[in-house]
Amino acid sequence: MIWDALLLQLGYNAVLVTLGAATLGIAAGAGGTFLFLRGRALLSDAVSHATLPGVGLAFIAMALLGGDGRNLIGLLTGAAVSAALGLLCVSWLTTRTRLGEDAAIGAVLSVFFGFGIVLLTVIQSLGVGSPAGLESVLLGATAGMVQSEALMLLVAAGLTLGLVLILRRPLTLAAFDPGFATATGRNVARLDLAMMGLVLAVVVVGMKIVGLILIVALLIIPPVTARLWTERVDRVLLLSGLAGGLAGYLGAALSAALRDVPTGPVIVLVSFALFIVSLLAAPRRGVLSAWVRHRAHQRAVHLRQGLLALATGQPIYERLTLRLLRRAGLARADGVATETGKAAAAKAMLDEARWQIVLHDPAHAAAARRYDGLTRLEEVLTPDQLSAVDAALPGPVAVP
Amino acid sequence: MMGAEFVPLSLPPLLIGTMVAIACALPGNFLLLRRQALIGDAISHVVLPGIVVAFLLAGTVATLPMLLGAGAAALVSVAAIEAIRRLGRIEAGAAMGVVFTTMFAGGVLLLEQSDTSTVHLDVEHALYGNLESLIWLDATGWPSLLDPAALAGLPPELTRMAGTLAVVGLLTWLFWRPLALASFDEGFARTQGIPVRALSLGLVIVAALAAVAAFDAVGSIIVIAMFICPPAAARLMTNRLGVQVAWSVLFAALSAVLGYVLAGYGPGWVGLPASVSAAGMIATISGLILAAAALTGPARR
Repeated sequence: MIWDALLLQLGYNAVLVTLGAATLGIAAGAGGTFLFLRGRALLSDAVSHATLPGVGLAFIAMALLGGDGRNLIGLLTGAAVSAALGLLCVSWLTTRTRLGEDAAIGAVLSVFFGFGIVLLTVIQSLGVGSPAGLESVLLGATAGMVQSEALMLLVAAGLTLGLVLILRRPLTLAAFDPGFATATGRNVARLDLAMMGLVLAVVVVGMKIVGLILIVALLIIPPVTARLWTERVDRVLLLSGLAGGLAGYLGAALSAALRDVPTGPVIVLVSFALFIVSLLAAPRRGVLSAWVRHRAHQRAVHLRQGLLALATGQPIYERLTLRLLRRAGLARADGVATETGKAAAAKAMLDEARWQIVLHDPAHAAAARRYDGLTRLEEVLTPDQLSAVDAALPGPVAVP
Repeated sequence: MMGAEFVPLSLPPLLIGTMVAIACALPGNFLLLRRQALIGDAISHVVLPGIVVAFLLAGTVATLPMLLGAGAAALVSVAAIEAIRRLGRIEAGAAMGVVFTTMFAGGVLLLEQSDTSTVHLDVEHALYGNLESLIWLDATGWPSLLDPAALAGLPPELTRMAGTLAVVGLLTWLFWRPLALASFDEGFARTQGIPVRALSLGLVIVAALAAVAAFDAVGSIIVIAMFICPPAAARLMTNRLGVQVAWSVLFAALSAVLGYVLAGYGPGWVGLPASVSAAGMIATISGLILAAAALTGPARR
């Protein structure tokens, strides 16, 4: 069953929805990257919650005009208009009053959403048409979708993705370095507006699939995931699109296969699973690699200190040091140095003595800055410099 | 409106709504000054999985397990946000977005998968609660306020919110000076020997307490609105913290009362048969107050 879903064998509608969710995921992941890089990820939360009054008003208007209140195009248009209004309110509050963007976002999202809830209850009491299913915009519903709607969502998601591809270069520039973008003659305010348009498109298209409460997850989690893997903007964009697309595809397929499971939450949880894997396994920022680096550093320090102790004939009490020395064949279990151990200890001692000279010689100030008790001096100085240092060494000392 | 049915039907929801609004607005003032206004938003989302898990473990809709579950979820989310921020070196807003959407999604999924059809527990309820249903059946009129037998039948939410408001108010009063200092100038507060980090965590915990206690009675939408809108409007009225907190309490109470009355009786005035959502209306009114303050407030810039 799950394989059928993943291989797109579950009927025409399910295939359309799965493809639509994947396309939407790519568009959301890539579009969300710009928002994330500008440090305004939570702005999408205000946009998504601000769609609700538009949905309600569009329903009332269409029902009063005698049409079908649940016409998807009408609802999405209403959603887009009221989300744009919400965005205007956020930017007006942040520029014209002294409130911060966080307060403006919170105020707009709660007030618009509250007003939307009022409208939903008005619809119930008006008795115009059946509001059933209107609440599905909160959490998304793909199960009962008619074919024309699924097709429309797929097309809309495709158009949004196209928009991302067209706007990719200028938006990357504006997100990465707004100052440089301004200096090279680009209108950053207008680019910000374009970015908001993109977010708006993602939210409106995603409302029916993921639901307006959870759509922000598709705009935030994939960019954060991608950022863990790379330091380059273009790759963040690519990986984020990939992560979003994968989450949309897997999530929609899983929920189609398991029936009764709502699509939105599954997509979000798949996306989060990708994030957790990345947080653990990413090569430089990942938790595992940080742990491996930490352990390697710890071993190097213990080994070095152990060798210096062997060289000066001090007893070693630290268990980890002893174990590391023994495993490397440098010392016996009772802490006495082996022949190779003696050689390595003498070498470590020589290195330390050389470093002491370098550290106290102002001529080597640049090299001295690289002293950390682990780096060997051979890696820092040229052989010529090294022999000059050796000339200043005190006479030979016997290894006990 | 002031007839005999006012005391049993309208007084408890009015009181509960007002107390929720004030209990959320008090910590909201400091969250606003510290630019952490969205913490309230995050907390009220993550409360859902906590409540669902508590329900699954306890098997009933009991108050104490739910409060514990919701409180635990709030703490888990704060820890998770901090962990993601540190481990992945991710900016705070994005880390918050990752955590609260995921936990909310988990809560929704758990709710849909478990059999909660016999009890009143669903996503809509979690979002906008049911303030109108908190009625006082034992009351017959104003004299019931002095009748011990009738008072024993007060909705449990009323006493719980009164307790929460008392705790939040007391803590705000006790920690006023360090809170004010740390919110305006954290560096200076640190030089004065104030434990800034502990204070910051304590503030989040108090906010969580208010959110969790309020959540079950009124849903999360009022909670978010009351954390942010009244303090934000009050901030635009004055430069003095004490005056700001007073304004925020006034705005919160005004939103709750006006919102409840408009939701219950407003539709009747324009000829609609039924009432509309009180929670939504309270949030809407608080937004209108904020809009008015943003347009005319003396300290709006």
